[in-house]
Amino acid sequence: MLFKYEVEGGNFSKAGFASGEIKKILKQINIDAKIIRRVVVALYEGEVNVVAHAVRGTVVADIDDKQIYIRIEDEGPGIKDIALAMKEGYSTASEKVREMGFGAGMGLANIKKNADWLNLSSKVGEGTVLEMKTFF
Amino acid sequence: MKVCDMMQQLDMKLFSGASGIEKEITGGYSSDLLSDVMGNAEEGQVWITLQTHKNIMAVASLKEVSAIVLVKNLQPEDDVREISNEEGIPILGTAMDAFTVAGKIYAMLK
Ligand SMILES: Nc1ncnc2c1ncn2[C@@H]1O[C@H](COP(=O)(O)OP(=O)(O)OP(=O)(O)O)[C@@H](O)[C@H]1O
Ligand SMILES: [Mg+2]
Repeated sequence: MLFKYEVEGGNFSKAGFASGEIKKILKQINIDAKIIRRVVVALYEGEVNVVAHAVRGTVVADIDDKQIYIRIEDEGPGIKDIALAMKEGYSTASEKVREMGFGAGMGLANIKKNADWLNLSSKVGEGTVLEMKTFF
Repeated sequence: MKVCDMMQQLDMKLFSGASGIEKEITGGYSSDLLSDVMGNAEEGQVWITLQTHKNIMAVASLKEVSAIVLVKNLQPEDDVREISNEEGIPILGTAMDAFTVAGKIYAMLK
């Protein structure tokens, strides 16, 4: 089953939409509640990163009986140093974004902790692709 | 302890999400950084914060916290109350600051 959602850069009021939808779908197919929480935590952080740091993006989720594969692709500034971005505490979030309680630099670390497999690639000035898998 | 017990004993205000007040509280987490809460809060805990915007409901519902406690007389925005009602996750208010209310809830859960 393939699902696709659009993510708008800068629009925090819509952040979390894809995560909420995927949560409903995984519940419907009776995936274990702990696994669902891990999937949606990682997906939410990925979604918020597009909203906070990029211009626009898409979330594609592919679900079968063994796993969920999620790909979040965005158009945006990209990430120059991926190893640095993965470090807990590193953030380039704007003051406005920080006031809302984002920008702790913990999102990518959360994704790493919660996904079973993760791949992050980026081209500076073009965009970022985050892929992750969780096994059921 | 249920959400409604904490509400009564600490004289908290109920802003929204009344259908969730019978839920059991398993613990608490106090933080204003959303990805900290995403990474570290656990299901059933009450979340103590000063953030009042819509994204707190996304975090609360994905993490399945039992309730949100807003400190220092802060109030949730209207669209936040709406989601709290839909999700059945109560948003409560107190005049206390995070340190004080966390201490009281901690003592009540011991
Ligand atoms: N999609 C993206 N496009 C551009 N830069 C990104 C993207 N995702 C992450 N980054 C960069 O990596 C940094 C670290 O990301 P991470 O999610 O860990 O923290 P954050 O988003 O800054 O804060 P938090 O997630 O705690 O709210 C960001 O500050 C940003 O510089
Ligand atoms: Mg982030």
